[in-house]
Amino acid sequence: MISVLAPPSRAIGVPHERLDGKEKVSGRACYAADTPAERLAYGVFALANIPRGRIAQLDVGRAEHAAGVLRIFTHENMPRLNPVSSPPAGQSLLPLQSDRIAYEGQPIALAVAATLEQAAHAASLVRAEYEREPFNVDFRTQLERAVEGQSFFESDTRVGDVERELAQAPIRIAQRYRTADRHHCAMEPSATVARWENGSLTLDDATQYVWGVRMAVAQALDIAPERVRVRSSYAGGGFGSKGYVWPHQVLTAAAARELERPLKVVLTRAQAFTAHGYQTASEQALDIGAERDGTLRAVRATSINPTSRFDDYVEYCALSARSLYAAPAIETRHRVVHVDRSTPTPMRAPHDGVAMVGLEIAMDELAYEAGIDSLELRLRNYAQRDPTTGKPFSSKELRACYRLAAERFGWSGRNPRPGAMREGRVRIGWGMATALMGTFRMPASARVTVESDGRVLIEAGTQEIGTGVRTIMPQIAADVLGVPIEQVRIALGDTTLPETGGTFGSSTTMSVGSAVLDAATRLRDELRELGAHEDEDLGAVLSRSGRTSLSADGAWSPGEEGDFSMHTFGAVFAEVRVDEDLPIPRVSRVVGAYSAGRIINPTTARSQIQGGMVWGIGQALLEESSMDPTLGRYLSKNLAGYLVPANADVPELEVIFAEEVDAHASPLGAKGIGELGAVGVAPAIANAVFHATGVRVRELPIRLEMLLA
Amino acid sequence: MHPFEYARAGDAAGAVAALAGDPEAAFIAGGTELVNWLKDGIERPGRVVDINRLPLGQIEATSAGLRIGTLARMSDVAAHRAVRSGFPALAEALERSASAQLRNMASMGGNLLQRTRCPYFRAETDLPCNKRRPGSGCAAREGLNRTHAIFGWSDACVATHPSDAAVALRALEASVRVLGRGGERSIPLADFYRLPGDAPERDTVLEHGELIVGIDVPATPRARRSWYVKVRERASYEFALVSAAVALDLDGGRIREVRIALGGVAPMPWPLTEAERALAGLPLERAALARAVDGAFSEARPLARNAFKIALAKRTVVRALEIAGGMA
Amino acid sequence: MTLLETTLRVNGTSRRLEIDPRATLLDALRERLGLMGTKKGCDRGECGACTVHVNGRRVLSCMTLAAMHEGDEITTIEGLAREGTLHPVQQAFIEHDALQCGYCTSGQIMSAVACVREGHAGDEDEIREWMSGNLCRCGAYPNIVAAVAAAAQVMEQHAPI
Repeated sequence: MISVLAPPSRAIGVPHERLDGKEKVSGRACYAADTPAERLAYGVFALANIPRGRIAQLDVGRAEHAAGVLRIFTHENMPRLNPVSSPPAGQSLLPLQSDRIAYEGQPIALAVAATLEQAAHAASLVRAEYEREPFNVDFRTQLERAVEGQSFFESDTRVGDVERELAQAPIRIAQRYRTADRHHCAMEPSATVARWENGSLTLDDATQYVWGVRMAVAQALDIAPERVRVRSSYAGGGFGSKGYVWPHQVLTAAAARELERPLKVVLTRAQAFTAHGYQTASEQALDIGAERDGTLRAVRATSINPTSRFDDYVEYCALSARSLYAAPAIETRHRVVHVDRSTPTPMRAPHDGVAMVGLEIAMDELAYEAGIDSLELRLRNYAQRDPTTGKPFSSKELRACYRLAAERFGWSGRNPRPGAMREGRVRIGWGMATALMGTFRMPASARVTVESDGRVLIEAGTQEIGTGVRTIMPQIAADVLGVPIEQVRIALGDTTLPETGGTFGSSTTMSVGSAVLDAATRLRDELRELGAHEDEDLGAVLSRSGRTSLSADGAWSPGEEGDFSMHTFGAVFAEVRVDEDLPIPRVSRVVGAYSAGRIINPTTARSQIQGGMVWGIGQALLEESSMDPTLGRYLSKNLAGYLVPANADVPELEVIFAEEVDAHASPLGAKGIGELGAVGVAPAIANAVFHATGVRVRELPIRLEMLLA
Repeated sequence: MHPFEYARAGDAAGAVAALAGDPEAAFIAGGTELVNWLKDGIERPGRVVDINRLPLGQIEATSAGLRIGTLARMSDVAAHRAVRSGFPALAEALERSASAQLRNMASMGGNLLQRTRCPYFRAETDLPCNKRRPGSGCAAREGLNRTHAIFGWSDACVATHPSDAAVALRALEASVRVLGRGGERSIPLADFYRLPGDAPERDTVLEHGELIVGIDVPATPRARRSWYVKVRERASYEFALVSAAVALDLDGGRIREVRIALGGVAPMPWPLTEAERALAGLPLERAALARAVDGAFSEARPLARNAFKIALAKRTVVRALEIAGGMA
Repeated sequence: MTLLETTLRVNGTSRRLEIDPRATLLDALRERLGLMGTKKGCDRGECGACTVHVNGRRVLSCMTLAAMHEGDEITTIEGLAREGTLHPVQQAFIEHDALQCGYCTSGQIMSAVACVREGHAGDEDEIREWMSGNLCRCGAYPNIVAAVAAAAQVMEQHAPI
């Protein structure tokens, strides 16, 4: 195992602008749908408009005869495909394989034509008659049917005697909290361009995980994975929607094989609401017992979320309670309700980002009940070790975060009385919350090459979805090899490159970064063996030894993490302004301080955390996917009905990073930040709204009618 | 999109004639509404007649008021000095609409002809909606109707009208100049929109082939002291949950005469006639204003999920009056 | 249905095309002219990713038919840089890290150039409001505001580009 780089570093930890910035600002970055191809055909899906039943009759006659149409694929003529396991598949149900309809928006046909206009028109001409079946899309009406779901974490945990501690606690907070169904809404709708040549497939795909796509497509189409090449040089955001593999990718590859010509399928914005999962709503019950001084005696957290009839997806909304606050007794429990909808999927920030809504509003309620400052309450219950597992944290600078953010925000000047602050008719509220996010790491490999001109090439299959990996990886290699970062470039997003994990779980810097570190270190050692000395031009070293290039392969895998509880942390303070007559909360300030290991690039890290904060604003005040329970259909599958924050919703967002190196998490000392910023912001806003108005909101998003007293 | 022929109109009379002879034809101006209707299959014209080259884009301010050509773009009207100074409610309503890009495209005439944002109407594949497919039912009546009407709805349709500008123009007592085969006629905005009744598929009194050629806004004593307040959850780029336009004529600290129209609460810009009467002669005092406005909502009929709109609309009107009256 | 003979003038070059009357300006730019810099985010006027300039004004290319633009001067992100030199707004977006995934960026930049020229970049609140027609799901808004403000200064000092 290699150790953390010895300071001083010249690139790591130094702010650096994005190396792919120029491509992105000039429109030259090539996203999946931009892929050029000869004889390209266009595919558009037609979707089921019922939530459950079977297709009794499918009329494709008019569609087939429309101008330019090449083929209408349906369950009747699409070849049978192998089922794909999850992961990598996001859901087990593959459409166009039978007449069963299991969710609204399930594809019933893929219309392929010579132009996009023709394909879209043909798709609109597909007519289906259904045998409808009774359905239920609303999990809240059937919470009694909740069952344990099978997924990656334990459903239930328990330490201490929760019953007894709760019964004896002088203060109890027992409340239910609700979050809404939400959608990723990456600006780039998923897109796939499939090309076959001599029995081999190239897919240019909007994905967070090229290897997942290769696995799924190879499995479904029954071909060797080596015959599938998947590329994703730029993806227009993912946030989880492109993490797993969804039916459109598999079906596009299958249809292109049948057609024997390149095929492009770009999901419409409406289709994106049913094509690749969503973040489930949650029903969270928190029961907290505390001493009069706020010291916790017990936390019981229970969460229920909906999932599809055919897959278990558990949103672990009691997860954070296992690790966040020291309490002698902690019980957590997760259940799911099967409904007639598509399978949910992780969305920035899964599990903890939803779980912290309930827990952190409940803690604010406890603070008021006990008459203790909200920040002080957190400090009194600060966990030195993971309270459920008893393990030490791999690193935790949360105490510093509380202090740094509180000072910057000016929290000590807060009068806790609701309604205490106002400017004219605007009430001002200050709220805070803790952020905690689980750490996910994956095996990764990479290759680093010095070329004859002294330039350095990093090869790693990982994806660029906006996180800055095209800049961060060169920073790491530049430091190890002692070259300027401008001399380093990276080839990524391709299954022909060294294998890495997916770009999800905030894992890339730790995982791929450690593999790049390993490869670069090995390369440096080889260069030293060739007699290279400090600051010598690498091209000169090569030519001296008669080589045109020199490569080293590196790899990293997380290995045993059993000895540590591994998380990132933060402290978030928010200010809201609420007009007393027209009570729509507007966020006027957010300050967050984060304990997230070593920060490789402060520029991109700050941006990413700010982006997460914007997600928190959306979660608190705007985002809700609404479904008509009687029709079993989503409403407003668009960006005018599903509201994501606009520029005017976002104030100044201050980001502070605590000094930290977590050598247990990765040799770089880094951890993940992609999701952390989206945690804790929504409850901080909800708590600020209480402070402004005196109205305790336990359901997100906060609607003005909740405040219209 | 269903296939269509594209034609460019050379003059207004020709445009009207083109539609008169073709029940399947539709005008296109800014495109910001029609193009979506085409994509969603809400409209399936066989011919699209482009009127953008007609000389109908003028904005004229005279002592009689404003004459706005139908093709004047929202951004140009909002930025026009005479509009900003003389008809501030209109400038404000336009500038709070959509986005800068859409306002550069959308025509004033087209703005009045926007159709509801009811999600059942706007679905990418059909949902039960009488406005979209007569006879298919109104799913919003018993469905998710938080954003729907509290005034003027029928069992056949509970949708609201989305235009901000129309609300301001209603309070400013504007009228619409329309060219048909029989010539030009002027329709007060008060008579332009239809209540849904049993035929919610028809939003306005326009006949097929009639072309809005302009909008006239009279220079009343109230126009200069007018304002528009838009309430929405996203801080920008969102349709109104509720809005109010007011136009005030003051006599010292008292209201001489006022016009009030509400948006987001009815199938058309909704005049608050009762409040207009009650407010006349009242001093510009918050409590007095609130009392007078309160009484005007006795006929509001909220749906299952939008009762909050009554309180919200009242407060919005009071706020608009306060701003127009220089109190806030 | 007949195809239309149309000439589109894009980034200073005239291109004669036979187009489907249904083609939006966005789809014509991308699928017919191969100008992939302009992005489709929603295809219904709700995100701003497809913003281009028509006769110097920012508009949404997904909401207008290509056929309507014969004779118009269309500028896309590909036409913004001059002789390899980035436009001050492009430069400012890099310097202020006003982009993450980059997908909304072309639209943000086209919108920002117009925003400054319109005189709507006077202060941060004004920029926020007048840039609200361009959604960014990565949440780069604070940096976008900073970039537009900085670019406005540069553009003021130089002749309009």
